[in-house]
Amino acid sequence: MAASTAFLRDSQVARRSGYDTARRRNFLADLLGVSPTLALYGAFIVIPTFFALFLSFTNWDVIGPLKWAGFSNWSRFFSDPTAHHSLLVTFELAGLSWLAQTPLAMALGIFVAGTQRYRAVYAAIYLVPLLLSTVGLSLMWQDLLFPQFGGLAWLGLHLHMTFLSRNWLGSSDLALLTIVVIIAWQFVPFHTLIFQAGRRAVPAELYDAATVDGANVRQAFWHVTLPQLRYSIVTSSTLVLVGSLTYFDIIYILTLGGPGDTTRVLAMDMYNTGFVETEFGYASVIATVLGVLGILVAITLVRFTGFGSMEGGREGIS
Amino acid sequence: MTAIAPAHSVALARSAERRRVRAAAPALSGIKGRSKVLRFVSFVLGTIWLVIVLGPIYYMVLTSFRSTTQYLTANAWLPTGSFTLSSYTSMFHGSGIGTLFRDSAELAAGTIALVAVLSLLSAYRIVRRGSRFAAVSFRLILFGIAVPIQAIVIPLFFITSKLHIYDKMYGLVFVTAASLIPVAVLLMVNYVRLIPRELYDAMAVDGANQWSTFRNLVVPMARPVLAVVSIYAGLGAWNNFLLPLILTQSNNDMVLPLGMYRFATNSLYGINVPVVMAFVFFTMAPILVLYIVLRRQFVKGIGGFALR
Repeated sequence: MAASTAFLRDSQVARRSGYDTARRRNFLADLLGVSPTLALYGAFIVIPTFFALFLSFTNWDVIGPLKWAGFSNWSRFFSDPTAHHSLLVTFELAGLSWLAQTPLAMALGIFVAGTQRYRAVYAAIYLVPLLLSTVGLSLMWQDLLFPQFGGLAWLGLHLHMTFLSRNWLGSSDLALLTIVVIIAWQFVPFHTLIFQAGRRAVPAELYDAATVDGANVRQAFWHVTLPQLRYSIVTSSTLVLVGSLTYFDIIYILTLGGPGDTTRVLAMDMYNTGFVETEFGYASVIATVLGVLGILVAITLVRFTGFGSMEGGREGIS
Repeated sequence: MTAIAPAHSVALARSAERRRVRAAAPALSGIKGRSKVLRFVSFVLGTIWLVIVLGPIYYMVLTSFRSTTQYLTANAWLPTGSFTLSSYTSMFHGSGIGTLFRDSAELAAGTIALVAVLSLLSAYRIVRRGSRFAAVSFRLILFGIAVPIQAIVIPLFFITSKLHIYDKMYGLVFVTAASLIPVAVLLMVNYVRLIPRELYDAMAVDGANQWSTFRNLVVPMARPVLAVVSIYAGLGAWNNFLLPLILTQSNNDMVLPLGMYRFATNSLYGINVPVVMAFVFFTMAPILVLYIVLRRQFVKGIGGFALR
């Protein structure tokens, strides 16, 4: 140890003569290597993030100039029943999505982490929904759920399973649940991947030890698998929550927030307010709320899991 | 040795650990293996989910090969009755699918190129950094993972309008690439970190400068992660709906997802379910073929930063 430190000191002394030039050259290389990325990312991600907040204090309707609006958009948000309703629907969607996706993905992830050959084949097929574009997937589900003629209605009619013949996307008490199911169909495969990787990383010794202690299957799950998967659980849960708090695509394609405003989540409310009613100032308030919600949940992820350790590369650098 | 390159040895040890765990995989089901009942129940439940995954896709493919009359009269789930390619021919004639494919391919190619080059170049400088600039930049870029794109579409619409890149393909490429950069940089950094320091030292002994080190060491070594990042960026660009919806308007640069949406909501074709299903299946097919060929890379590309 002492020898190697001495070696480092010696080499530093040896380098001292050309040190400043080398440092300047390194900085120049950093600048050339990172700046293009930073410019693109800064222009289209960082600046817009702060600009959204700025726009929430203005009025803009595309045609006219930006007009300063002070806090009027914000005070409108706090007394707007539509926005409050959207916020509620958004939380409902996030909560239901978590209930639908995380436990199922955990079960499936543990299942496909098993060693039987057929499970690898299943795992490969489970990923297929992630290859479909959201538009394609939505149109597929729309036709499957089509009242009277869709695949589900056919089953209801011909197999006398009447509970399947419903207006899944068109009735106000079913639309949100149907959307939750479709989103789950799309994203459960992704979370299954997380749990599969998590389960595979659990050291076999822990199960050996549990066996020696006489644990049965259920005890092994509660005392080994579940605690070992806590990182996967937090990662997956956070991604489900952030994803559904900001969810837009399937709802826009299938219901446009309807029927009535039963599926009008915040992102949909923002789109309608901005791009349909061209009240971009007020829409920016909704966008800011959306962004803050998403970022808050994402930061929780970093805090709870030490995701920040991904930057740990620092220690290894010359 | 450890004193000189501690992090590198840690990284090596970590990957060795990963390999060891994988090698020990047969022992994984130690406890599970004891219960035949549990294994059988798992098989049944796993198969039910398999049916739930494949059912809608099977329905889509089946319907796409039917005429409108067959769609209304035949068994919806069994391959009975007659089949036809008429949905596919009317899709080719009515949707302008050729130009949609071309525009989507342009978007995907441009995005992949931009994301792959920029993220590898900056990951190299972040890992081998010589200044605080690269370190601070990395922190800033990581912050982008937390920014939901839905929250910034209005400023993006505003900015692209003012820069006169609204409704232009390269404008869409820039924004799409920027939205994918944070995760791409993270994937690259995590991989480039694993390149042994001794190789850099060897390059330095040979008198290589920063650029030729990048060119002759980092780029060849990073080939596997370049494939993964390309798939991540390619899927992100090919399937994106929100950004094209917000940032394009005319038919000139309309990409597949948007064209498909417009096609399906068009009263002329939208009510023709078999044609819409043919359209969806036709746009999914190329990705499906790529997935079968490059499954391993796809899994990593789809998993993104959530797998490590």
